Amino acid sequence: MRPDRATRSDGVIPVVSARSVGKTFSGRTVLRGVDLDILPGEIHGLVGQNGSGKSTFLKILSGFHAPDPGARLLVRGEPVSLPLSLNDPGKLGMSFVHQDLGLFEAGSVVENMRVGRYDTGFAWHISWRRERHRVQESLARFGLKLDPDTPVSSLTDVQRAMVAIIRALDQTGEGKQGLLVLDEPTSYLPRDTVEQLFDTIRQVAVLGVGVLFVTHRLEEVRAITDRVTILRDGAVVETARTSTLSQRDLVARILGFSLEQLYPSPHEAEGEVAFEASHISGSTVDDFSLKVRRGEIVGLTGLLGMGHELVPYLLFGAERATHGQLDMHGQRYDLRDMTPRKAMDAGLALLPANRLRDGGVVAATARENMTLSTLTHYFSGGLLHYRREETEARTLMREFDVRPPEPNNEFSTFSGGNQQKMLIAKWFATQPTTLLLHEPTIGVDVGAKRQIFRLIRDAAQRGTAVVIASIEYDDLAHLCDRVMVFRHGRAVSELHGSDLTLERILERSFIDVPITSSTLGDQSEP
Amino acid sequence: MKDGSGSFAEEQQGTLLPERPETSDSAGTQMSTQTDRQEAAMRGAGSWIPVLANMANRFGLLASWLILIVIYSIMLPHVFLTASNFQTIFSSQAVLLVLTLGLLPALAAGEYDLSAAGVLGVSLVLVGWLNVVHGWPIVPTVLVAIAAGLVVGLLNALFIVLVGIDSIVVTLGMGTLLAGVAIGINNLSVGGISPQLVNFASTQVFGLQLVFYYGLILTILLWYLFAYTPLGRYLYFVGAGRSVARLTGIRVNLIRAGSLVVASVVAAVSGVLLAGVLGSADPTTGPTFLLPAFASAFLGSTTITPGRFNAWGSFIAVYFLVTGITGLELLGFSGWIEQVFYGGSLVVAVLFSRLAGMKRTTGTA
Repeated sequence: MRPDRATRSDGVIPVVSARSVGKTFSGRTVLRGVDLDILPGEIHGLVGQNGSGKSTFLKILSGFHAPDPGARLLVRGEPVSLPLSLNDPGKLGMSFVHQDLGLFEAGSVVENMRVGRYDTGFAWHISWRRERHRVQESLARFGLKLDPDTPVSSLTDVQRAMVAIIRALDQTGEGKQGLLVLDEPTSYLPRDTVEQLFDTIRQVAVLGVGVLFVTHRLEEVRAITDRVTILRDGAVVETARTSTLSQRDLVARILGFSLEQLYPSPHEAEGEVAFEASHISGSTVDDFSLKVRRGEIVGLTGLLGMGHELVPYLLFGAERATHGQLDMHGQRYDLRDMTPRKAMDAGLALLPANRLRDGGVVAATARENMTLSTLTHYFSGGLLHYRREETEARTLMREFDVRPPEPNNEFSTFSGGNQQKMLIAKWFATQPTTLLLHEPTIGVDVGAKRQIFRLIRDAAQRGTAVVIASIEYDDLAHLCDRVMVFRHGRAVSELHGSDLTLERILERSFIDVPITSSTLGDQSEP
Repeated sequence: MKDGSGSFAEEQQGTLLPERPETSDSAGTQMSTQTDRQEAAMRGAGSWIPVLANMANRFGLLASWLILIVIYSIMLPHVFLTASNFQTIFSSQAVLLVLTLGLLPALAAGEYDLSAAGVLGVSLVLVGWLNVVHGWPIVPTVLVAIAAGLVVGLLNALFIVLVGIDSIVVTLGMGTLLAGVAIGINNLSVGGISPQLVNFASTQVFGLQLVFYYGLILTILLWYLFAYTPLGRYLYFVGAGRSVARLTGIRVNLIRAGSLVVASVVAAVSGVLLAGVLGSADPTTGPTFLLPAFASAFLGSTTITPGRFNAWGSFIAVYFLVTGITGLELLGFSGWIEQVFYGGSLVVAVLFSRLAGMKRTTGTA
């Protein structure tokens, strides 16, 4: 089926062709027989869950790993010798933008754009005027009007991503049909600015550059890529025109089984009131009230920075409220002097979004991270009982399907999805009556995401009240019993029942912002 | 639920293999450097190599200490390998051990107390001045000295925890201030401190001065605190992940303030003990303890539970350093060798604790 030649039947010479790329690590094959063509001017998606071989493939392209013998790589039709050295990708016109963007925060735009490639004159003199001019030109081509002397730290997230991409494009070399690899560049972007980044990527592709776009966000794959290659267990499942696959098709191919139950079915909540919070103000939140019943899942959403994301922290006493009270189990708490400790005693639990800063200590063990909230349970007779602590940690890891279930491994050795499951376990262990979650599935793969949704739903079924602050509108629409949409610190709308759809959430979030179909990334399907 | 994660499980098992094939995609690239660093440590887990590496990591300093003793004993059989020499080694630096141990809770909680040596100096001078110059009885003298430590600790806590100034800055200033105060109180060395205190500190039991046993008891207490109480775990989390600790309901500020007060009070106690050991008080003694204490604490954090400040590590570190210096002095290096050895050890200790942080696989507190 796939022609094993540089030239394809349609005469287009791919920017990069990989043939029979495999990789075996001490007897374990993680990548086998991968054939991949990236055509000039196309945006090619690469998707697959953790461990599917995406990273290994990218690391072979970037010269970090040597592929198994038999692999071949052609750049613009010319075979190149494998393995690549770390300098080769640059020489061949391949450039990588990773999730962290690799920008030097304290430097200016011009310093970041030109670092390592300054034109130097006599005595390594740098002509800053010429550099500035050159950078301004590059940015202007993509409609980015920035003073080149602006420090990177003062750019918005999307501007940063654009600077990183334009820099990478410059590095692929003028006029060459290069390859630009984007490894989850949108992970940290506010959702409403992603479209701006996509415009830049499309313009890059129009120049004849091939773009390999790696992401976990399937709606982005559908919004921007021309073709998509799906990896599973180290092999290519399929390369197809993106328009021929629905999001559901994509998920099914990524997981290898069809996904009738990504979201467990919502259920009706009629239980007693778990808590009632009234007139919460603080930071950007302005006079918000909320009543949640036991077993109910309530979503708080809106565009980024609208205040919904602060509510869990205000309720938990992690952020200082200027006004507001919480009624819970017949007790009244003044939110102005709420503390996490009081909140925990009241039966609240908070899963913060910033996993590595607020969630877990990476240098501590899984066990220590998981039992931190319940440590006094293992302290009796003046001694902390390690055996009991370890047994309990192992039980939790099994119950929450953490792999590997080794309580004494360091937290940092686990993947994002497993770390998140452990932190959920940590809070479930306190047996909270109300669970406050902020972006519970940030940075986890689709398999773990499904498990986390299941855990949340199960907790609700056992009578826990759940509040989720998130901007993953699609997830909220499927998971929640009702969703409150915030604009400028106030809840402007409450959606439930048949009104609770992705489109309605978006509509209410944007209310006075015109919505184009591309803003939605064409998610209207399933 | 289970089938979707098949490949995932494989990947996790893969961490046990020599070369780590994939770092987690979704954990983000920010994690990959950490996981890569773990690679070496995970290599061939389950076989005897990591067990041995782990042992070397944990007991390397103890072994080095014993080797040092053997080398000196061979080189200087009649001078080094004598009961009186070991009595000197164990007794003379017990005060340093007490001071070092007092610093551990604060260090674990992420706070540096550079004023501890200054407190030791002031406490020492107060004992001499009140007891000898003013003829106070020993008990109120000691109480005043310890109260002085308490006041300094509370002041440190006020500036660091409530006002929010960096602990290095506050305690560096406080330490220098106290070094001056010590001289200001009494700029002369005084002898003839109450025999009660001298006996309390330096009576010999099984050939070693009582002060050594106080250090030993404090070591055991702190070991218990760090290894067997929730507070010890909280101290570590406050230092390693302050925000995590706060959002898990741990009273972060109380723990920080408490650890700073403990450091100052223990420093004051070590000043009192020093007065008892020496029988005299000199206002310039205090500041000389600063570097040895920090060198010992950091060197101690590379051993027993590598990467974490711990009591037995500090115990071994103190005596490793003292043994090293004593031997070198007996070999004829004198005067300059002490500072070179302590200073060099601090740098090497920090270097090793960084390396230990990279290699650490498990950390049983």
